[in-house]
Amino acid sequence: MIALIAFYLFATLTIASAVAVVFARNPVHSVLWLILAFFNAAGLMLLVGAEFIAMLVVIVYVGAVAVLFLFVVMMLNIDFASLRSGFTKNLPFGIIIAIVLLAEIIVAVSAWNAGPALSNHEVPAAKIPNIVALGQLLYSRYLFAFELAGLILLVAMVGAIVLTHRSRRDTRPQKVWKQVARRPDEAVHNANPGVGEGMKL
Amino acid sequence: MIGLSHYLTVAAILFTIGVLGIFLNRRNVILMLMAIELILLAVNINLVAFSAYLGDLTGQVLAMFVLTVAAAEAAIGLAILVIFFRRRGSIAVDDVNRMHG
Repeated sequence: MIALIAFYLFATLTIASAVAVVFARNPVHSVLWLILAFFNAAGLMLLVGAEFIAMLVVIVYVGAVAVLFLFVVMMLNIDFASLRSGFTKNLPFGIIIAIVLLAEIIVAVSAWNAGPALSNHEVPAAKIPNIVALGQLLYSRYLFAFELAGLILLVAMVGAIVLTHRSRRDTRPQKVWKQVARRPDEAVHNANPGVGEGMKL
Repeated sequence: MIGLSHYLTVAAILFTIGVLGIFLNRRNVILMLMAIELILLAVNINLVAFSAYLGDLTGQVLAMFVLTVAAAEAAIGLAILVIFFRRRGSIAVDDVNRMHG
């Protein structure tokens, strides 16, 4: 009973906040609604016992992707009002397309027959914890794909830095060559001369 | 009791809202990227639901890879957006066709 209430709560909130993402006037509000949608989707995933993916959604989507969106929306001085010009013009046609698409998906899902493996309507009870099972799978059978995922993230990181990096003339950056070429006899050093001996220059 | 079809319905509605978001915000790249994130979230919900009801963890492994690609795509997309804004001072998609040649 609790699970049923939780499912409908999470599902309703996910869909409502997704609608708010699309229809919000202020893009900052859109990002905040997106965060709410991610949290509720994570709740939906928790209900079927996929704890690892649920936590990953919270960490990656909310902690990284949504914050990245928030930074970009707030730091760029964008005139969002002019970008909404085609919104009302596209609205009726867009709603029609959306309804047709949804009807197609629902017809396809209801026409599809579950095989014998899916005949039970309960989630099978897990023998070992979800995270343990997923870890064993990731580091044995899917090790190559897992490493490849890491490589994709590395490429994305390098790409984002290369794209947005610019060398500016008006700043005073660190001069590495000057630091490397420095010799000990040119350096300032501590001296403690005796009384009356004076400094050696 | 909650069945697989409940999850499939939620994911279908979420997917449709994502497509609608791309369609409606044709000029605003940031909102298009957010709509793509919604679509990928719907895909992830589908994968996780199938994985759980089949008792097969492969779907969750795949969901993790989808998550990785979504994060990489958002990072690169926003980086391109930032340099485009620096050049042109706007993010309207209609201006993007001036980049060729």
